[in-house]
Amino acid sequence: MTQTDDTTPRTVPIQSETFSNAVNAEIRRAAETGIYDIRGGGAKRRVPHFDDLLFLGASVSRYPLEGYRERCETSVTLGGRFAQKPIELDIPITIAGMSFGALSGPAKEALGRGASAAGTSTTTGDGGMTPEEREHSDKLVYQYLPSRYGMNPNDLRKADAIEIVVGQGAKPGGGGMLLGQKISDRVAEMRTLPKGIDQRSACRHPDWTGPDDLEIKILELREITGWQVPIYVKVGATRPYYDTALAVKAGADVVVMDGMQGGTAATQDVFIEHVGIPTLACIRPAVQALQDLGVHREVQLVISGGIRNGADVAKAMALGADAVAIGTAALIALGDNDPKWEAEYQKLGTTAGAYDDWHAGNDPAGITTQDPALAARLDPVYAGRRLRNYLKVMTLEAQTIARACGHNHLHNLEPEDLCALTMEAAAMARVPLAGTDWYPGKPGF
Amino acid sequence: MQTYDLEADGLRGLNAALHAQTAETNRTRWEIINPKGSHAIAVGLDAPIDVTVKGSTGYYCAGMNQQATVRVEGSVGPGVAENMMSGEVIVEGDASQYAGATGHGGLLVIKGNASSRCGISMKGIDIVVHGNIGHMSAFMAQAGTLVVCGDAGDALGDSLYEARLFVRGSVKSLGADCVEKEMRPEHLALLETLLERAGADAKAEEFTRYGSARQLYNFDVDTSAAY
Repeated sequence: MTQTDDTTPRTVPIQSETFSNAVNAEIRRAAETGIYDIRGGGAKRRVPHFDDLLFLGASVSRYPLEGYRERCETSVTLGGRFAQKPIELDIPITIAGMSFGALSGPAKEALGRGASAAGTSTTTGDGGMTPEEREHSDKLVYQYLPSRYGMNPNDLRKADAIEIVVGQGAKPGGGGMLLGQKISDRVAEMRTLPKGIDQRSACRHPDWTGPDDLEIKILELREITGWQVPIYVKVGATRPYYDTALAVKAGADVVVMDGMQGGTAATQDVFIEHVGIPTLACIRPAVQALQDLGVHREVQLVISGGIRNGADVAKAMALGADAVAIGTAALIALGDNDPKWEAEYQKLGTTAGAYDDWHAGNDPAGITTQDPALAARLDPVYAGRRLRNYLKVMTLEAQTIARACGHNHLHNLEPEDLCALTMEAAAMARVPLAGTDWYPGKPGF
Repeated sequence: MQTYDLEADGLRGLNAALHAQTAETNRTRWEIINPKGSHAIAVGLDAPIDVTVKGSTGYYCAGMNQQATVRVEGSVGPGVAENMMSGEVIVEGDASQYAGATGHGGLLVIKGNASSRCGISMKGIDIVVHGNIGHMSAFMAQAGTLVVCGDAGDALGDSLYEARLFVRGSVKSLGADCVEKEMRPEHLALLETLLERAGADAKAEEFTRYGSARQLYNFDVDTSAAY
């Protein structure tokens, strides 16, 4: 800095974009503790997302349907490719897998109640199926995870569908960790591990590797369940074209593609923010794979990762998805990060909206905890009703958009209904930049 | 004795017929002929029946077994008795990778050798291998007992939890946090019982016990080099 006297204009202090306050704070935290940051949730960084797309709506070339008067259907059938009992849902918005262990018992119950009241499915998670969850979920998808915590054939046969989890968007290629402070007696028993230890969830399945093995694993699960229920394959979005194609080849009824905004209960921040691709970027390649194999709509595509409202639902479906799944948004609907707990968030060194220490077990909202006193704060009936309301609103919003685009079913939404606000979104979604007929990579240009 | 020709009558019919058996069934003895390395033979059984497979099988034979006794008169592919809950599975020959993976209960006996990752993530199953086992066996094994009458390959018991490991022969190397432990009377008693049930010609005193040092149960930056 140049030496100056009091009258000389001074250079104002400039914070570095590269070494921002947040970056510097993390460096100091790492230097002090020697441990990387672990947190819950999905990517917080700004990435191209559904907000970068707009619907075109009806115009001279297309006519709309009358809002509130002309029907716009929302039902979806998942898993009809091979399963004798595919899942029939009233709405194309499902609840993503979240474990008992990561979530409290009342939270899992609330998810089941809300999903059932809205006519959709909910999903177990690492740690197995609880009786409460099964009881309160009309349609329950049972996750088949690398850890196989709590996995047993009796629960497998109680499921309405099986979801083989290869990966998730928050941490494709990574496993999970349920830290010791959340391991209650019941969680420990369900996972056959001592109480209080960190429970590692493996990053890959213990008894198969690769798509050829996966095909045989799917055969085994179908044989055990008598070919009755659909088998989903869930992958974290990385190589969506090939992963989708290989899942189809392996025999999946449904492919679940989870983008990097999709949440996790606990993973390294560096993993969440730097591995995987945005949800927006994975839909078109996945759909392309289904189309190239001639199974688009026969094998359903469920998209998750950062779905927040009916517009997101409609955009995902317009790009070719058959349904979406929500996790983080569902927790917020239950009461997660609600400002009414602000005083307690402050005590934890955070603030409402930013609380992501879901692994720590101190959730003031009683959702991501196994502390009985905290868990008791969540009324599963009331929280379930809130989730039902939220799902209904999302559906109404998606219907509103679909009608405006002239469609009598959400599935009739199509890429031609969309335009993009940014070059990045146009390239990823393969829809024209607003006001043009061009997108990066468009053939012929 | 019910005889089922797998080549002629197909896998779906076999498993459906076996699944139809209940605790009260009088069709308690089954023989499967012409398995020819097929996958998913006798999976998901849940009745006190005896099933003998006359030949070798592919992946996941007797997967998720409950109550039943499944005997394979041949060798088995990957994942035999994976996630078994109860009952017994006896393999007269060798077993490929992941034998007994994630098993919660029951007894798996392999009279030949077992390949890598035998007993991976086991959660309560008892496994007795008359021969040798491959590398990374009992990886992240949580509960149950693995008995090896021969030798063990590299990285035995890596990241082990509470499973008990007994090896009579040599161990090429131990995995992270797996250590040799004292053989106490209760371990000898357990071992004798399992050896007898498995028909293994070995004495409990000839074995060495291995288990978790429990140093990696909670993350500590000072132990991260173990990985």
